[in-house]
Order: sequence, then structure tokens, then C-alpha cells
Amino acid sequence: MTIELHWFSILREQRGKDREIVEFEGGSAGDLYRRLAILHAFALPVPSLRVAVNDAFAEWHTPLSDGDRVVYIAPVGGG
Amino acid sequence: MDLFSLSDLALDPCSLSKTVCDRAAGGYVSFEGWVRDHHENRAVDHLEYEAYPALCLNAGTGIVQEAIERYRLRRARAVHRTGTLAIGEIAVWVGVSTDHRQEAFDACEWIIDRIKHELPIWKKEFYPDGTSVWVRCQACANHPVAA
Repeated sequence: MTIELHWFSILREQRGKDREIVEFEGGSAGDLYRRLAILHAFALPVPSLRVAVNDAFAEWHTPLSDGDRVVYIAPVGGG
Repeated sequence: MDLFSLSDLALDPCSLSKTVCDRAAGGYVSFEGWVRDHHENRAVDHLEYEAYPALCLNAGTGIVQEAIERYRLRRARAVHRTGTLAIGEIAVWVGVSTDHRQEAFDACEWIIDRIKHELPIWKKEFYPDGTSVWVRCQACANHPVAA
């Protein structure tokens, strides 16, 4: 399946791009992050992040489907 | 009127306050978050705010709508800035009107707390020496990724 990734803030800077399409063999949103974190040497640990699937907050164990839009959310700092 | 919105332009609190006017309301409370010139004993030159727009609008609208129901507000609205902000600019504005003042104070605080802690908005501080840091991300980044 293919997953559409959008990157923001510190993760966008570390990844060097704001969006991309990746091939994924299947699994959860957490499975994909752990794979990407190793691939791109992301320093942010899973407990510090949240994840959104198709523009809604999701759980790490949420299974991903072909074409999903996924965003990994670094610690927020609005206000 | 959008209950929650993002703006890359300067916020005008006088204009915004008029959008929550209601003849049935006996009180109005607003909160302005300002860009200050320091953070944790370090001088700050300016800030940049970056947002994940689609989720911000969904979740931000949900927060304000929940406040309206929870505190029986007549009207409520919140706006958050994005882009580059100078010292003294308004980063976030919250306004609520309601029949009695206590609910207005409580609702305004509840909304700004939820916005700060939940919405996918990131703040990058720029310092006079030319360095910059994503606030709240740096400490986490010093630890390895959990397996």
C-alpha cells in the first residue's frame, strides 16, 4: 500500500521535505513511525509524539489503509 | 463566523471582540497571548508559528464548540497566528460572551489551555545570536527513539 506523509515543524526539518508518498507493507501508525525513525534517524521518541490519520487524531495501534494521510505530531507549543 | 481559525495576518482584538457581541450577554472575557522578549532567562528576538491546518481547524472548532455547551456561552471564538511574529504581537486571541461573568472567565481559561496543549501548532524561538529552537521539542530530541 502507499501512505501519504505530511511533515511539520522539527520533523519537517529533520526529514528535509514537507510531504512524500511511501510504500508500506501494512501495519499500524506506530509500526510505520518506528520504521521511518530508524530510516531517517529521527530523535523524537514515540511517547513524546501523537499521530493523526486523515486529519483526525488517531491511536498508535490504528491500522493504516492504502492511501491514508498520516502526520506525526511533535510536541506542540501553541499560544 | 468560524469558531476557530488560523491567520497569517496581525490580529485586531477590537474587531475580533465585536464578533462575540450578543444582546443577551452580561459579560465578555478575552485572552491575548503576546510574544514576549524572553523565555527561560534567554532573550528572544522573534517567533515563528507553524500549524497543521486541517487538524487545527477540526480540533480547534471542536474545542470552542465544547466550551459553548459546557459553559452555556452566548458566543465564543478563537484565532491563532501562524508565520513570523515580532515581540509584542498577538499570537492567540480568545473571546467569549455569556450571561454571567464567572462562566466567561472559566470558559476563556479552559479554551486557551486546550488550545495550548492539544492543537498541532509549533513555536520556534529565534534568539539574538542567530540560533533557533522548536519549543518543547528540543528536550525530547535529546533522547533516542523508543523501540
